[in-house]
Amino acid sequence: MNVLLDHLPQFRDGFLGTLALTAASGALALVLGILIAGFRVSPVPPLRAFGTAWVTLLRNTPLTLLFLVAFFIIPQIFFPGTSPFVLAMLALGFYTSSFVCEAVRSGISTVPLGQAEAARSIGMTFFQTLRMIVLPQATRTVIPPLSSIFIALTKNSAIAGAFSNTELFNVSKLLSDKGFAIGWIFLWIALAYLIITFSISGLFRLLERRLEVAR
Amino acid sequence: MSSSVLYDAPGPKARVRNRVYTVVGALAVLALIVFAVARLAAKGQFAPEMWDIFNYAGVRTSIRNGVLTTLQVFAVAAVLSLLLGVLLAVGRLSDHKPVRWLATGFIELFRAVPLLITIYVLWVLFLTYKSELGFTGEGTQFWALVIGLTVYNGSVQAEVLRAGINSVPRGQREAAYAIGMSKTQVMTSVLIPQAVRAMLPTIISQLVVTLKDTSLGYVITYQELLFAIQQLAGNTVVNDENPYVPMIIVGGAIYVAMCLLLSALANWIERRGRRAKTGIAVAEAGQAVTAGDAMGPIDGATTPGPVGKAD
Repeated sequence: MNVLLDHLPQFRDGFLGTLALTAASGALALVLGILIAGFRVSPVPPLRAFGTAWVTLLRNTPLTLLFLVAFFIIPQIFFPGTSPFVLAMLALGFYTSSFVCEAVRSGISTVPLGQAEAARSIGMTFFQTLRMIVLPQATRTVIPPLSSIFIALTKNSAIAGAFSNTELFNVSKLLSDKGFAIGWIFLWIALAYLIITFSISGLFRLLERRLEVAR
Repeated sequence: MSSSVLYDAPGPKARVRNRVYTVVGALAVLALIVFAVARLAAKGQFAPEMWDIFNYAGVRTSIRNGVLTTLQVFAVAAVLSLLLGVLLAVGRLSDHKPVRWLATGFIELFRAVPLLITIYVLWVLFLTYKSELGFTGEGTQFWALVIGLTVYNGSVQAEVLRAGINSVPRGQREAAYAIGMSKTQVMTSVLIPQAVRAMLPTIISQLVVTLKDTSLGYVITYQELLFAIQQLAGNTVVNDENPYVPMIIVGGAIYVAMCLLLSALANWIERRGRRAKTGIAVAEAGQAVTAGDAMGPIDGATTPGPVGKAD
């Protein structure tokens, strides 16, 4: 019972670590995902092929393998001394971006045909059509799947704990190595994750309500 | 909407422009690949000796054992998680309140906690009570991984099945009761067969997730494929370097191939189901599985398939 109270600083660091990782890789995934979704519907064939390859490859790779790539290969390509946080963010962000891309792409396909046709008929280019007409309207349908993608991301960030990042899994590992009862640790960690996931789904529900069209 | 609605059929000018973008885009991607390969080659990761290691019988045996272990974990976890999924789905739809609450609590708890933490906690528990539970050798890791995968994926499969059962038209159930079937008969011979048929692509997509998640065994030092290649790379020294890049490329290719095969099966079943005119709509293979969503229940009652996707 006292595991939580006696190790509040560790739990707080772990909680903040999970939050930071989730936020950073979520932002990366969002930017990359929208970009790749744009690639996938673009008129330029190699970009389309690149987008398809990106999604197929990343969706069918275990996240743990991506972590291995990030921690053993990326430092050899770029700078050797990259911090574990950045590497974990890259692995999580790239992995999640493929799911964001698919969500955005299916959101794009729900926008009525007439919208894109009207935009084209007044002479908008592909980029203008996407940026000013289609994507803003797609936002509404993309929000619910994005919520579950971000919740999954929160849970996936636990793997980063096994790769020398300070977050909730790491904390539970440390405390159980010190010999505390695993049951209580599990309970508190589960509670911490529940707090984060509930806030994400609450936030997105709020967003959904704000963006709702008055019919 | 097909993507071509977003842009006009290219005229002469646009064709030229697209060709320019094509070249620039392809060059950019190529440049990135060349840069990465050049940097890795400078580190000696593409030296012939590095790749020669795959000619040794020991290395091949290790990789083959890793693949077999991964498949073994996947097979046991897949069967158990499907069984648990059926049990939990039926429990959640039960008429008895305590059963319903128990199933709901179980599903929500294990869907909300990261799988890695479940597996780790099980592992620690099994290690603590090793002699009482009668585990030997690798048994602790194996069962921690399998049971962890089972409770998590079982919970997700239960939600998928529940969505499928809810998507069966109400008339089916009413007709079954009207001809005097018992509750168990209605469930096993009317509702579940139709639900499984409708949800088969989603169920297989979740099995792909299960296959991918077997790699979490790496964290609890279980000798599956990922741990095997990491160990091989760590223990082998070629030209004063560890062959991480060749190992990860080969291991990654094996994983991607296995997952793609399973995904292809899901897509094939979906297309096959689409062809049939009878019965309820078959869910889409690509999307679905709100494994991550702890609170948004997937209700197939109104839509043909569950929405949202992530693993």
